[in-house]
Amino acid sequence: MSHIPEFHTIVVRVENKAGVLARIAGLFSRRGFNIESLAVAPTDDDRFSRITIVVDVASTSIDQVVKQLDKLINVLEIRELDPETSVERELMMTTLSAPTPEARREIIDLVQIFDAQVLNVGFDQLMVSLVGSQRRLDDFEALLSRFGIIEIQRTGKIALSELAKVEPTES
Amino acid sequence: MQINGAQAVLKALEHEGVETVFGMPGGAILPVYDPLIESSIRHILVRHEQGAGHMASGYAHATGKPGVAIVTSGPAATNMVTALLDAMMDSIPMVCITGQVALPAIGTDAFQEADTTGITMSATKHNYLVTKVEDIPQVIHDAFHLATTGRPGPVLVDIPKDLVLPDAVFEWYEPTGHDLPGYNPKTEGDPASIAEASKMIMAAKRPVIYSGGGILRSRAADELRTLAEMTDIPVVTTLMNRGGFPDDHELNLGMPGMHGNYTAVMAMQEADLLIALGARFDDRVTGARDKFAPDAKVIHVDIDPAELGKVRFAHVPIAGDAKSIITEMIKEIEKLGGADGQPDRDAWRQTLSGWQEKYPLVYGDHEPGKLLKPQFVIEKLAEACPPDTILCSGVGQHQMWASQYWTFNHPYTWINSGGLGTMGYSIPAAVGAKAGMPDRMVWAVDGDGCFQMTSQELITAAVEHIPVKVAILNNSWLGMVRQWQELFYDERFSETHFGSEIPNYKMWAEAMGCVGFRVDSPEEVVPTIQKANEINDRPVVIDFRTQAEENVYPMVPAGASNSEVLVDPSQRDADSSGETS
Repeated sequence: MSHIPEFHTIVVRVENKAGVLARIAGLFSRRGFNIESLAVAPTDDDRFSRITIVVDVASTSIDQVVKQLDKLINVLEIRELDPETSVERELMMTTLSAPTPEARREIIDLVQIFDAQVLNVGFDQLMVSLVGSQRRLDDFEALLSRFGIIEIQRTGKIALSELAKVEPTES
Repeated sequence: MQINGAQAVLKALEHEGVETVFGMPGGAILPVYDPLIESSIRHILVRHEQGAGHMASGYAHATGKPGVAIVTSGPAATNMVTALLDAMMDSIPMVCITGQVALPAIGTDAFQEADTTGITMSATKHNYLVTKVEDIPQVIHDAFHLATTGRPGPVLVDIPKDLVLPDAVFEWYEPTGHDLPGYNPKTEGDPASIAEASKMIMAAKRPVIYSGGGILRSRAADELRTLAEMTDIPVVTTLMNRGGFPDDHELNLGMPGMHGNYTAVMAMQEADLLIALGARFDDRVTGARDKFAPDAKVIHVDIDPAELGKVRFAHVPIAGDAKSIITEMIKEIEKLGGADGQPDRDAWRQTLSGWQEKYPLVYGDHEPGKLLKPQFVIEKLAEACPPDTILCSGVGQHQMWASQYWTFNHPYTWINSGGLGTMGYSIPAAVGAKAGMPDRMVWAVDGDGCFQMTSQELITAAVEHIPVKVAILNNSWLGMVRQWQELFYDERFSETHFGSEIPNYKMWAEAMGCVGFRVDSPEEVVPTIQKANEINDRPVVIDFRTQAEENVYPMVPAGASNSEVLVDPSQRDADSSGETS
């Protein structure tokens, strides 16, 4: 049984109240929806939080995911973001094994190529971070893996709608 | 006016028009019970918290008003979970107040602490843990609004003990609005969709109105009848909508689904248009989903947008309140020419009446020396009771026979646990219904299995002077499970026999302050029902000894297509295996 995931990104504006995340997580588990990643923080108005959820809709309908979320009393607004028309970013932090000057040099080369950052330096380890699209993070992670990843944390995707490139014309 | 939290809970309930609550005190909720002595609210003291929940549900079913239950923390709250989920599945407006340990004790595994809001999250429409005493009026006001609007459901309010102690005072206020920015249920249907649906109705050759519990929740029985009569379209009434369209109406085909009338089941299977009004394509209605109503286009009206397209694709989905949408549909159909603008449906009518003639609901005659036919008991009971009698039931064979053999001609006369299938629902639901409608006769039809789960609430009924009547269809078995074991497990009856002499139901009933009867022979059935109907000062229990081998038919085996419905053995062709098509 092969399962080919199909990811959709939804952005949910919720009341910033205790238990709201549990309600969303509970709904996903109860209805058999699969969360790939989830990022949550208060908005500029601290009465509300914005949650970016990447959901695997290969075996459920996105329509049901949206409608069931909308039934939660604390959910104010749900938008589905099309990857074609949205700007997406994710943050990765990782600690790598770098016991030799050669390893260190090569890691720093990759950091420069990817426009990443060295965050912390140990006597035989380096901590680096990268902000970018998921794809770019995947590539970076793959290239770093041969040095030995000691620890890694990714935040999950956050996203905003792309801005209009031309002024809309009056019709 | 300064008021403490406990007084505020009761004042808030009074403010919502609450007259009756069902509950039981305990440690964490104890402070709320003190000012109850001065309150105008009638409190009915239950014997088990689950009973309080089902009573609130039965009360809500019968009266249309939200049912209210009050219990303490921990085990009381967990005892309430079944009743909450039951109300959730059947969209019953209910508000449950639970006590909680004091705020500083939350999370410490304190005595009788339970994560009530966590546990009931998926069993309620919404729940609250109140953290400030001054929030009590607003939260209770919002809770009633949520429970009774949109798709109704249970709402739980968990109140820590320190917020209801006498020194927790605040300035009372009457909430004016709601603090629910994410809650805007849509009630008006989209006019373009209503117009499109009306055109489809006018063009359909084999239409069926598939009416569900939403008709009752929306109080749309009159509108449904107008729509059916003006278009002359037959109606099936789901288990949740028995009484929502009169059984003696010529357009009523009866109940669809696993144990539905043959004609109701097959009409849906062969329809070219299903007009689903407040129904949700439950698996007990559809049978095998991919073989259900293969040629039918679907108009789906539901207050809950998430029901539209959840199970079955809807060609015209309309989110909103059934009453308002059906009203608009009627206007639209009138504009399109009403009955005269429709195609000739004679062939369809003949098909339906042919099925009705060939496959009516049937059961065998009494066999001398054997126990009673349960269907006979229900028929006689229905004949002996006023037409507006409220009938409650538990879950199992007796529930199906009650739905099949009672004649429901009035809305809000049938109360049962449809979605969750909660055994033991009947007695507490009947107590709740009778508490809300004291002038109506209320009968609970129960199985012996169900009776043993919740019968202690008959003590509540006796002590509180709520004279409900109970008909136990006692076959000494977990009958529905027995039926499945007979049909699908090669008659290997594993753990379904209850034993026929223990308990003694008559004595048990008497011990609980009720009048008890036992009926073994068909001649005693009617006289005993008549005796029971004359008793109005205490509950009555009749132990009807019924035949264990009796099965519920028709039946669509689990996982089978509705086209494979098994009719009663006496109706099966000699050369077929029992299937009719």
